[in-house]
Amino acid sequence: TSAAAPPVTSQTCQTLHDSLFQSMDLDRGTWIDSAFLSLRFSELDTRKINNSFLRDHSYATEADIISTVEFNSTGELLATGDKGGRVVVFQREQESKNQPHRRGEYNVYSTFQSHEPEFDYLKSLEIEEKINKIRWLPQQNAAYFLLSTNDKTVKLWKISERDKRPEGYNLKDEEGRIRDPTTITSLRVPVLRPMDLMVEATPRRIFSNAHTYHINSISVNSDYETYMSTDDLRINLWNLEITNRSFNIVDIKPANMEELTEVITAAEFHPNQCNTFVYSSSKGSIRLCDMRTSALCDNHSKLFEEPEDPSNRSFFSEIISSISDVKFSHSGRYLMTRDYLTVKVWDINMESRPLETYQVHDYLRSKLCSLYENDFIFDKFECVWNGTDSVLMTGSYNNFFRMFDRNTKRDVTLEASRENSKPRAILKPRKVCVGGKRRKDEISVDSLDFSKKILHTAWHPNENIIAVAATNNLYIFQDKVN
Amino acid sequence: MGTGTGGDDSLYPIAVLIDELRNEDVQLRLNSIKKLSTIALALGVERTRTELLPFLTDTIYDEDEVLLALAEQLGSFTVLVGGPEFVHCLLPPLESLATVEETVVRDKAVESLRKISQEHSPVDLEVHFVPLVKRLASGDWFTSRTSACGLFGVCYPRVSSTVKAEIRQHFRTLCSDDTPMVRRAASSKLGEFAKVLELDYVKSDIIPLFTALASDEQDSVRLLAVEAGVSIAALLPQEDLEDLVMPTLRQAAEDKSWRVRYMVADKFSELQKAVGPEITKNDLVPAFQNLLKDCEAEVRTAAANKVKGEVLPEDSRETIIMTHILPCVKELVSDTNQHVKSALASVIMGLSTILGKDNTVEHLLPLFLVQLKDEYPEVRLNIISNLDCVNEVIGIRQLSQSLLPAIVELAEDAKWRVRLAIIEYMPLLAGQLGVEFFDEKLNSLCMAWLIDHVYAIREAATCNLMKLVEKFGAEWAQNTIVPKVLGMANDSNYLHRMTTLFCINALSEVCGQEITTKHMLPVVLKMSTDQVANVRFNVARCLQKIGPVLDSSALQAEVKPVLEKLATDQDMDVKYFALEAISGMYLFNLPTYIFSETFSFSSILFFFFSFSLSP
Repeated sequence: TSAAAPPVTSQTCQTLHDSLFQSMDLDRGTWIDSAFLSLRFSELDTRKINNSFLRDHSYATEADIISTVEFNSTGELLATGDKGGRVVVFQREQESKNQPHRRGEYNVYSTFQSHEPEFDYLKSLEIEEKINKIRWLPQQNAAYFLLSTNDKTVKLWKISERDKRPEGYNLKDEEGRIRDPTTITSLRVPVLRPMDLMVEATPRRIFSNAHTYHINSISVNSDYETYMSTDDLRINLWNLEITNRSFNIVDIKPANMEELTEVITAAEFHPNQCNTFVYSSSKGSIRLCDMRTSALCDNHSKLFEEPEDPSNRSFFSEIISSISDVKFSHSGRYLMTRDYLTVKVWDINMESRPLETYQVHDYLRSKLCSLYENDFIFDKFECVWNGTDSVLMTGSYNNFFRMFDRNTKRDVTLEASRENSKPRAILKPRKVCVGGKRRKDEISVDSLDFSKKILHTAWHPNENIIAVAATNNLYIFQDKVN
Repeated sequence: MGTGTGGDDSLYPIAVLIDELRNEDVQLRLNSIKKLSTIALALGVERTRTELLPFLTDTIYDEDEVLLALAEQLGSFTVLVGGPEFVHCLLPPLESLATVEETVVRDKAVESLRKISQEHSPVDLEVHFVPLVKRLASGDWFTSRTSACGLFGVCYPRVSSTVKAEIRQHFRTLCSDDTPMVRRAASSKLGEFAKVLELDYVKSDIIPLFTALASDEQDSVRLLAVEAGVSIAALLPQEDLEDLVMPTLRQAAEDKSWRVRYMVADKFSELQKAVGPEITKNDLVPAFQNLLKDCEAEVRTAAANKVKGEVLPEDSRETIIMTHILPCVKELVSDTNQHVKSALASVIMGLSTILGKDNTVEHLLPLFLVQLKDEYPEVRLNIISNLDCVNEVIGIRQLSQSLLPAIVELAEDAKWRVRLAIIEYMPLLAGQLGVEFFDEKLNSLCMAWLIDHVYAIREAATCNLMKLVEKFGAEWAQNTIVPKVLGMANDSNYLHRMTTLFCINALSEVCGQEITTKHMLPVVLKMSTDQVANVRFNVARCLQKIGPVLDSSALQAEVKPVLEKLATDQDMDVKYFALEAISGMYLFNLPTYIFSETFSFSSILFFFFSFSLSP
C-alpha cells in the first residue's frame, strides 16, 4: 500500500494516555438550566481533554489547535483532527461495575499522524498538514475506517485491533538468537498467542491530485460506495476503492477568473437518498443537485435562497451571508445552514425562505466593522443537529457555544472553559449584555475574547453527549448519570 | 553443513520459508505465501491440517497482496490437506478472508471457495459448506454478507430439496438487506443464481426479487438489476418474457436515473440476444431510439456504440436501421457533446456493410463527410481509422476528396498527440488510397513530419516510412523517399541530419543490400566527419545497425576505416559507440589500448536523456 506514515500503535499512545489521566483533573461539571429542561440536558458530565497534553508538552502550540470533531455512526468513537495533521480517536468506555463513574467516558483509543506538510514544486505552494475534515465510513467489519483530508489530499484510514501474536521461529530461539541450522531436526509452525490489545492505524488509500483549490468538505454517500470531496470551485465524486480516478460533478469555475463572484463553502450528501447532495455558497445560497438527472450537476434542481432585506443592507451584507456550513438533518427532510450571525433551518420542500432562523450572536451586528478589520468576520463556524433533529448547536466567541430547541424555541449560551466551570459543577448559562448596564454574571460585548472561538462541535448520534473543540481543548459534556 | 549431526539439510529451506511467513518485509512474506504448497508438502497433510491452517486462519492482519496470494493458494490446496475427504479444513481460513474489507481479497476468497465447493462430497457440502454460507449470509458486517451472495449458486444444484429451500430463503433475505452494498452484491449475482434454479422457482422466486431490485430506492442497485435481467430473460421461454421481464426492462430504459439508462444502453446487444428478434423489433427498437436521443450525453455515448444492431433479425435489419435508427444517427452527427460524436464515429462506418452500396452513398456518405470536418480531432481520427469498412462497400475514392483536407488538417494539428495518431494510420491509408494518390497528395506530409519539432513525431515518421516501403516496395522507395531522406544529410540543423541516420536505420533492411550499399552508405560515411558529436556517434550506431545488410567487402573496405577513426575521436561518447559498433560487428581484433580509458557510464546515460528531450 501507500508510502504514508507507518502504522502507529497505541502503545506509545498508552503511556501518553496514562499520564493524561494522572495530571488531568477530570472536569466533571454538571449543568442545570431551568429554562432548558425540555432538552433533557439538565445535567451534564463535563470532561476536558487537553490536546496539547497528548503531544507530551504542556504548552499549546499552533499545531495543537483542533480543526475538526466527528462522532462515528454509533457514537462509540469520536475522532478529532488538528492543525498538526494528527488524528486522535477516542473510544467510549464500556460500563463496568467497579468504576461506575467512568461510564461513558471517552478515552484515547488511537493516535496517528494522518497528513504531513508537503510542498507542491510545480506551483511553489506549501500544503499544510491541517486536517480540514474527518468522516467515518459505515462499519463493514471489525475494523473502523475514516476519511481525513487536508487542503489537497483525502486519505482512508483503517483502525484495527490486534490481540494475538504469532510465536515460534525455526531459525531463532525464544530470545531471538540465531540457531545453528544444523540442529534443525523438525519444522515448527508458528502458534498464535494472546497479547495485550494493540490498536493500529494504517493508511489504506490516498486520493490525491484531484483538487486545484482547497478542500473544504468531504461527505460519504449512503450507497457506501462513493464519497465526494469539495473545494472552492469544484466537487469531485470518488469511488472509495479507486484512487486514480474521480469524476468532476460540479464545476463553477468561470472561464475568466475575473468573473468569479462566488465560491463553494461546504457540501454534503443526503443521509439516505444516494443521488441527492447539497452545496452552499459564499453568497448565502444552497443548491440541491440530483445526480440521476445528468452526469454533470452544474445545473441544480433546487436553489434555496432568502431574498435580501434591502433595509438591512450594508457593506458587510454579502460577507456575513456567506454560508460556513450546511448539514442535512438525520431524517433528510431539513437542512441547517450557518452564516456569520445566524443558524437557519430549511425545509427541503420550500426553497423561498428558511423555516426557522436563530440568532447566534446578534449583539455583534454593531461590531462588524472591527470584526472585519481583524478578519474575524471570515471565521467559519460549523453547526450540528442532535440525534432527533430537535436541537441545533453551533459555536460563538469567548468559548461560548449556543443551543436552540426547535420545539420550545428556547435557546441557551454555554461556555466551554476550565476556569469558569468547576469539576462536576453545574454548567451555568451565560449571558452577554449589550447596553451600558451590566448585571452580575453577565459579560459585556466589549470584553468578549475573540481569539477564543468554538468553530467545531459534534453531537452523539443517539445520546445527549456533545464534543466541543475550544482551540486546543476538547470538552465532552454529557447527560448526568446518577 | 555436515551430515550426521542430527540436522536435516532438506529441512533448512522449508524452515526459512516458514519463518519468512512473518518476516517484516512484505515481499518476503509474499514469496513465502506463494510457496505455501511447498511448506504444506514438507509438513505433510496431518500437520498442514492441525497446525498450518489454524495459523493461517488467524493471519488476516496482513497486507492485501499477501492476503490475496493466500486466498488464491487455498483454492488449490485440496491435495495438500489430504484430498477431497478433508477439503472442509480449508473453509475456516477462507471464511475469515471472505470478511476482510478489501474487495479484491474477498472476491478471491469467494472464487477459491467456489472452486473447492466442487471438491466437497454432497454430504460434506451440506455438513460443512452450506453452514459456512449461512454463517456468512447472516454475518454482522456487510462484507461477509456480500461474500455469501457469490456462494449460493455453487452449492444449490448439489443439495437436498430442504436445503435448497433454505438457500433460496437466505438469498431472498439478502436481496432486501438494509445495506445497499449487500443488495448490490445480490443484484449482481441474481442472474447467476437464476441459472441454477429450477424454472418454476425462477418464475416464483427470482422474478419478484428481480422486480424488487430493479425498483430499489438506490440507483446503484437498480442498474445492476439490468444485467440480471439479461441473464433471466435468456432462461425464460419466449412466451413468458413479455409478462415477466419486459415490463421491468422497459421501466429501466426509462428510469429517472441516467446511470440506469446508461446500463441499458451499454448492455443493449446482450439484451437483444436474450429477448430474441421479435421483442427486439417491437419493443427494444423504440427504446433504443429514445436512448439515442437521451438528455444525458453519457447515455447517448453508450447507445451510439450500439447503432449497428448486430442481433436484429437478418431480414428486417436493413429496414429497421434505415427507418428507425438512421434518423437518430443523423442527429447524433451534430451532437453537442464530443464524446457522443466520437463514439458514433468509431462505429458509423460499420453501418455501410449492413446498408449496402446505394444506401451508403445516399445516406451515410454525407454523414461521414460531416464527421470528417468535425471540430474535434478525435472524431475525425475515428472516421479515418475505420475507413476499411467503407472501402469494402463503396471504395474509398468516393471519400478521397474530403479525406484529404481532413488528413492534412490533422497532420498539421497543433497538438502533437493528434499528429502522432494520424501518422499511425498512414500505412493503412496508403494501402487503401493506392500509390498514385499517395505520391500525389500524402508523400509530402510524410516527409514534413521528418522535420517536426517534436522528437516523438520524427521518430514515428521514421517508422512510418519503413511501413510504407514494406507496402510499396524498394523500387518505390528508391525513387520517392530515399533521395529526400538523403538530401537532409546536408541540412544545417543537426537534428535533421540525425533524422537521416535514423531513417537509414529503419529503411536499410526493407530497402535491401543494393540500395543500402549504393545510396545510403556513402552518405553515412560522409557524415562521420560531421562537426557535431551527436551526429558522429549516431553514425557509429547507424553503421552497426546497417552492418548486417552490407556485404563483407564493403564492411572491410569502407566501414572499418571509418569506425576505426571514430574510435579515436576526441569525444568520449563517439569513441564509446564506435567501439561498441566494432565489437558488435566482430570486425576486428580489438587492440587492448582502446580499453585503457574508462568510460563513465553515468555521463553517457545522462547524455541520452538530454538528447531525447531536445526539440
